[in-house]
Amino acid sequence: MDMTYIQGILMLAGINLIAVLGLCLLTGFTGLFSFGHAGFMAIGAYIGALMTVPPSTMPGSIGGLGLPFIFGILAGGAAAGIVSWFIGRITLNLKGDYFCIATLGFGEATRLILNNVQTFGGARGWPGVPQYSTVLTVFVVDVIAVLFLANLVKSRHGRNMIAVREEELAAQIAGVDVFRYKMIALIVSAVYAGVAGVLFGHYMTFIQPKMFSMTKSTELTIIVIFGGLGSISGSVLGALVLTALPELLRAFDIWRLVFYGAAVIVIMISRPKGLMGGMELSPAGIRKIRAERRARLALKEEAAREAASGGRS
Amino acid sequence: MLSVRDLYVSYGGIRALKGVSLEVNKGEIVTIIGANGAGKSTLLNTISGFLKPQKGEVLFNGLRLGRQPAKIVKAGICHVPEGRLVFANLTVHDNLVLGAYLRRDRKAIAEDLDKVYGLFPRLKERMRQPAGTLSGGEQQMLAMGRALMTNGDLVLMDEPSLGLAPLLVQTVFDIIEEIRGLGKTILLVEQNAFKALHVADRAYVLEQGRIVKEGRACDIANDPAVRDAYLGTKSKGGGGVA
Repeated sequence: MDMTYIQGILMLAGINLIAVLGLCLLTGFTGLFSFGHAGFMAIGAYIGALMTVPPSTMPGSIGGLGLPFIFGILAGGAAAGIVSWFIGRITLNLKGDYFCIATLGFGEATRLILNNVQTFGGARGWPGVPQYSTVLTVFVVDVIAVLFLANLVKSRHGRNMIAVREEELAAQIAGVDVFRYKMIALIVSAVYAGVAGVLFGHYMTFIQPKMFSMTKSTELTIIVIFGGLGSISGSVLGALVLTALPELLRAFDIWRLVFYGAAVIVIMISRPKGLMGGMELSPAGIRKIRAERRARLALKEEAAREAASGGRS
Repeated sequence: MLSVRDLYVSYGGIRALKGVSLEVNKGEIVTIIGANGAGKSTLLNTISGFLKPQKGEVLFNGLRLGRQPAKIVKAGICHVPEGRLVFANLTVHDNLVLGAYLRRDRKAIAEDLDKVYGLFPRLKERMRQPAGTLSGGEQQMLAMGRALMTNGDLVLMDEPSLGLAPLLVQTVFDIIEEIRGLGKTILLVEQNAFKALHVADRAYVLEQGRIVKEGRACDIANDPAVRDAYLGTKSKGGGGVA
């Protein structure tokens, strides 16, 4: 294996991670499942490309504004965020499964629109996107994304989202504006997905609606659940493992996706809450895990002592 | 204090409330009795803003209530939901503090917390325990305590005695009277019509989305039709349903 190959996998994992972190907030902390976040990635990828692709010189080639990469990232994220606001207005009042199906519809609708509108190349795709994504840019965006999310979930806003996840009606009764916090979670997750889409497009140098199908959305949600709901470090681990796993399984040739599926099932059975369900790999998180383990052991000892003394008397 | 005017609420095509009007005055305990599916919970959920009415309005202290549940809580209406709905993973204490989510005055919050613990000594004993480990009755007390922590003047209670042991049912009704003693106004929805009419000042009988009777609780309790339908004190032949 040469370095560029490993680098490529790391880039893909890093890009996936951004979208996964957004979904981690929406699904893991707020309790809303989405099967349409590839749609937000697509919006980010296309708007980002529109910003950075140089203006068209030849007839037939699709031109953009030729702006620096940072504008592409900002515009792609913002566009996805704005669209998510509209989507949220009409779908966030739906309960659980219905919201999930509405997001599925949104994701597929976005893909089909891009497939059929010829402005950006339709189903043939859009070649010639500049290769601006580097290991460094992806890494920097990852770090910013993790730090922002870690602070958000620890803030009052984050706790409100967790309250919505735990017991929506009870949160409402306490006076939490449930709709508002669902909306914030949706917008943040969409912006993350949009930014991931921009980085993805500028890594592949070619974008096509097919890349943002339901399979992609499902992959993101699987990573979040695999990593463990409500855990940022779980999402990081999940993105790394599940992006690298299909590559490690290349030895199995055509059987590799079968092994991929089997591996996911085995891990979910052995760790039903995901790799890191509700736990964090941070100094405070590790302290908490240790304290809980101590409490469990103490409880066990006490029970054993009671059983022993009960046996004597 | 609360006046509901000509309220219509539907679930899809099904009308659950068909022009309900009622008044709750300050300091009163008002009860709404009625069979399953009469629209009792729908009425409370509409007052709290969880459901949107097709027609009609809810006035609180003469002001039209906004549609957002959070604003309604802030205005001073607190809700003890059916089935309790406590945060199972949080401790009893944290659940209570959460009730004061919208309040800023730490001193007043601490005083109210003492009051709630005074009202529910059981909760004080178990304050460090996760709420999910409480018994049904204790969770009901916790839900009531949490509602009181919002410091709302009007308490909406949805079936507080649901699923509780008979002995605890009496405790819950005693507590309702004590809560009134704290200066709160209570709108109580109950299936246990006998107990509810005993504790209430006034009562409304809700049938298939309409108010069919209203009056002083003792009059309603003595009304022959009500006795027959809800209190089971006299049965005119036919199959009695327990």
